[in-house]
Amino acid sequence: MERLNSPQELENFRREILSRRDPDMPCISVCVGSGCVASGANEVVEAFRSEIDKQGLETNVDTKGTGCPGFCERGPVVVIYPEEICYLQVTPEDVPEIVAETIQEKKVVERLLYVDPETGEKAVHESDISFYRNQERNLICNNIKIDSQKIEDYIANGGYSALSKVLGGMSPEQVLDEVKKSNLRGRGGAGFPAGIKWEGSRNAADPVKYVIVNADEGDPGAFMDRALLEGNPHSVLEGLIIGAYAVGAKEGYVYVRHEYPLAVRNITLAIEQAEARGLLGSNILGSDFEFRVMVNQGAGAFVCGESTALMTSLEGRAGEPRPKYVRSNVVGLWGRPSVLNNVETWANVPLIINNGSEWFTRIGTEGSKGTKIFSLVGKITNTGLVEVPMGITLREIVYKIGGGIPGGKKFKAIQTGGPSGGCIPEELLDLEVGFDELTRAGSMMGSGGMIVMDEDTCMVDTARYFIEFLTDESCGKCVPCREGLRQMHKILTNITEGRGNDGDIETLEVLSEAAGEAALCALGKSAPNPFLSTLKYFRDEYEAHIREKRCPAPSCKQLISYYIDPATCQGCAICVKKCPAGAIDGGKNRISIIDQEKCTKCGTCIEVCPSRFSAVRKISGEPVPPPVPEEERNIVRGSQKQ
Amino acid sequence: MPLSENRKEKPMNTKDIDAIIDRYGGKASSLLQVLLDIQSEVNWLPKEGLERVSEKLHIPLTQVRHAATFYKVFSITPKGQHQIHICMGTACHVRGASRILDTVEQLTGIHPGETDQDLKYSLETVNCLGCCALGPVVEVDGRVYGKMTPGKTGDVLKQDE
Amino acid sequence: MSEITLQIDGKEVRAKEGATILEAAQGAGIFIPTLCHHEKLEPFGACRMCIVELEKRGSTQIVVSCVYQAADGLVVRTRSEKIDRVRRTILELLLAHAPDSFVLQDLAREYGADPNRFDKEGSFCIHCGLCVRTCAEVAKKNAIGFVGRGINKEISFIPEIAARECWDCKECFPLCPTEALQAAYLLAMGLRRPPARNSAPLKNSSWMST
Repeated sequence: MERLNSPQELENFRREILSRRDPDMPCISVCVGSGCVASGANEVVEAFRSEIDKQGLETNVDTKGTGCPGFCERGPVVVIYPEEICYLQVTPEDVPEIVAETIQEKKVVERLLYVDPETGEKAVHESDISFYRNQERNLICNNIKIDSQKIEDYIANGGYSALSKVLGGMSPEQVLDEVKKSNLRGRGGAGFPAGIKWEGSRNAADPVKYVIVNADEGDPGAFMDRALLEGNPHSVLEGLIIGAYAVGAKEGYVYVRHEYPLAVRNITLAIEQAEARGLLGSNILGSDFEFRVMVNQGAGAFVCGESTALMTSLEGRAGEPRPKYVRSNVVGLWGRPSVLNNVETWANVPLIINNGSEWFTRIGTEGSKGTKIFSLVGKITNTGLVEVPMGITLREIVYKIGGGIPGGKKFKAIQTGGPSGGCIPEELLDLEVGFDELTRAGSMMGSGGMIVMDEDTCMVDTARYFIEFLTDESCGKCVPCREGLRQMHKILTNITEGRGNDGDIETLEVLSEAAGEAALCALGKSAPNPFLSTLKYFRDEYEAHIREKRCPAPSCKQLISYYIDPATCQGCAICVKKCPAGAIDGGKNRISIIDQEKCTKCGTCIEVCPSRFSAVRKISGEPVPPPVPEEERNIVRGSQKQ
Repeated sequence: MPLSENRKEKPMNTKDIDAIIDRYGGKASSLLQVLLDIQSEVNWLPKEGLERVSEKLHIPLTQVRHAATFYKVFSITPKGQHQIHICMGTACHVRGASRILDTVEQLTGIHPGETDQDLKYSLETVNCLGCCALGPVVEVDGRVYGKMTPGKTGDVLKQDE
Repeated sequence: MSEITLQIDGKEVRAKEGATILEAAQGAGIFIPTLCHHEKLEPFGACRMCIVELEKRGSTQIVVSCVYQAADGLVVRTRSEKIDRVRRTILELLLAHAPDSFVLQDLAREYGADPNRFDKEGSFCIHCGLCVRTCAEVAKKNAIGFVGRGINKEISFIPEIAARECWDCKECFPLCPTEALQAAYLLAMGLRRPPARNSAPLKNSSWMST
């Protein structure tokens, strides 16, 4: 492989790659991100390759596995170029038909198209899909076009042109200035202005500096960084190299969580390929700039997403955070100035250099510029990654892009910012999404997880769930977090199990204050947020659990009973058969009765009861009605009541 | 305990450990990467391994031990042939991950953090695998299965028998 | 080294540049409670008892004084309603582990902490880390360390090293505020393999029978 010794040589190489490619040649792009792989994408790629071979089309059709476009729920996702026809939930069995109809006959396989949930319209092209149409996919649009393991694909798509521009005539100060003017704020959670962070390191006296990619995406429900790092690793690498140049760092680290093996593999490969081409190492693109990057894996600790804990982990120790009174961009890794930024932050840098800071500032709000990738998950029709401009409202995200709540259920809350964030209720849905706006509402942007909850979700249990998560992940060094969360977890568990007492809420508030004010790091300091925000907006649920032993959702296992309404039960006896605990007594044309002693509250009966009957419901806070007497249990067909 | 031929665990000797340490240049900061490699080779971190690492990387054994017990990936007791990870992340939780956990516990007879007596299964809960759109998610031996139901769990476990 | 002047509880305090707020306060005879601090050890910042309020441009910031560096013109308050409340909560959380600790009981009286606010927990270690850090930084024997994370974190001796070193050292023993250390030592010695025929047996001594 030949090294590229100047920006000009890079451009020549790019032209050469493009000249070898026929833009009209069909290309079958199959997403092989972790999500689609879990749905069988590798088998789909194999099926395409063997079918193409079988039909003798190898020289006329390209097949490749690509990066994740973020529509994981409908995977495996296949896009056929040059027409950009998008097929969803493709199986190996569909492949021969696709090859015959679409590749050879240029016809569309209708049943594999996206159907708009509201209009019923079928979308032929990727750009017609309403889920995508309402997004501004500056960062993530390229994933489905490139093979994440081939640097040539990245370069063919315009990659490394920002680095070329930088090394072809910008000084480090000029790069720094652009990033500052763009007002790019960190995408990892805190939203600190990246340019100011970089400047602090650049100006620090110590000549040895580091740049670090935080790819320890630990927030449960968030997978933006996975898609970016796995799907387009060079976009992150290019940003990192430019950052190192601006800051004056010669060494960089990518800290990837162990749970993302495909991301580890792809970024490691990307680094190797970049080194081989002279885009990393000494004399990058023929300049005096030298920079090397190492990949370090995490080992299963959420706290290592916190910057000082991450650096402690990089130093080879248990990931306990350090007091941050002197910022880590001045005293960081091994005591040296270190710029640590999130994956998505780094990925924005090449865009800013290529398009200019002014372009970037035209997107978004006054305080929050650019786009942000959110992972929209939970009780929502369209689940996946959405990239939108800052300033869009939550209502637009949930309804226009997300397609609203499935099953005809009512929206209840949207949780943002992961375990450090809070729940936003229905009355605040017109909130414009931005760092400061979300913080003012009692939540935060965090890394971008957006978990939608509906009427069936218990908010007290949600708080309990997050505190449980944080208790498990706490490093255990400081008292307010280790001991405070331990006690909060106990109290919240008691409340959800019907053992809540008057005074519990006040105790939880006292513990929240201790953690919020005196904990060692951001994990502990923000741990009370899920509790505090659910208390603020759903205090009635807490009081119902404590005073009436009732779960309003209803959801908390210990506080609910399943009951079959004799007025609507039609005696089909499906629930009798399906009940895993054998707790339902009944038979054909007899009203079914649940034995409350045997019932394990698994919820199967509600799921299997035909929706036209909907005879099963959950009761909470009141006694179960006595069972219908034996004589009245026989159903005469055609009648609703006895 | 009878050892089956298919068990990934093999006795690890000093030479193997030294080779892993050298792979990372013998630097103290490589501790986690070294332990990760040892863990993936023999499926756990034997005491002798920790002692050798402490000696060669010049890190006090207390510090090596702290790291080995701080991170969830490491195990200082032998793990089973099949690693079952159940995602308990928020998106999976909201879609019923605890019911999947209940079913797996029933089928394997063990709780999270445990390994069964035949060293066949090790069960762990993990806090988010990044496949949130496919919740609930179960990972068996590195292979991810999405849109799980209690019913499908039995099939997934049988596949690896 | 040059001197700096700061204000603690309304009093003007002079300190050497580079001193922490805690050192500056102690130098001026102002008491700030600590549980994990020791002058021979690097500041740990774990117990959070030494928190103080900093008055900065009209807003208040809470920091731990054992780590925060004193600077010219700093305005510090060592007591306030909020500080007292947080210290009381910390004490109540720790008393759930070690209700018999004299150190905790003394502070509990000062701050009105209720030792029965929380149900009693199994382990009486309060994770001040004095034993682990003394063994690492002063005795330099690394016979005891932390294992685990979060609520599963514990102190644990390395039996082989402890059997060799501790008997003649015991530098950490008087530092434990709860006697969890002594209990851990006995447990470690009790659980290890029987010593070889010619090695010295464990002696009886007054401290072991407390």
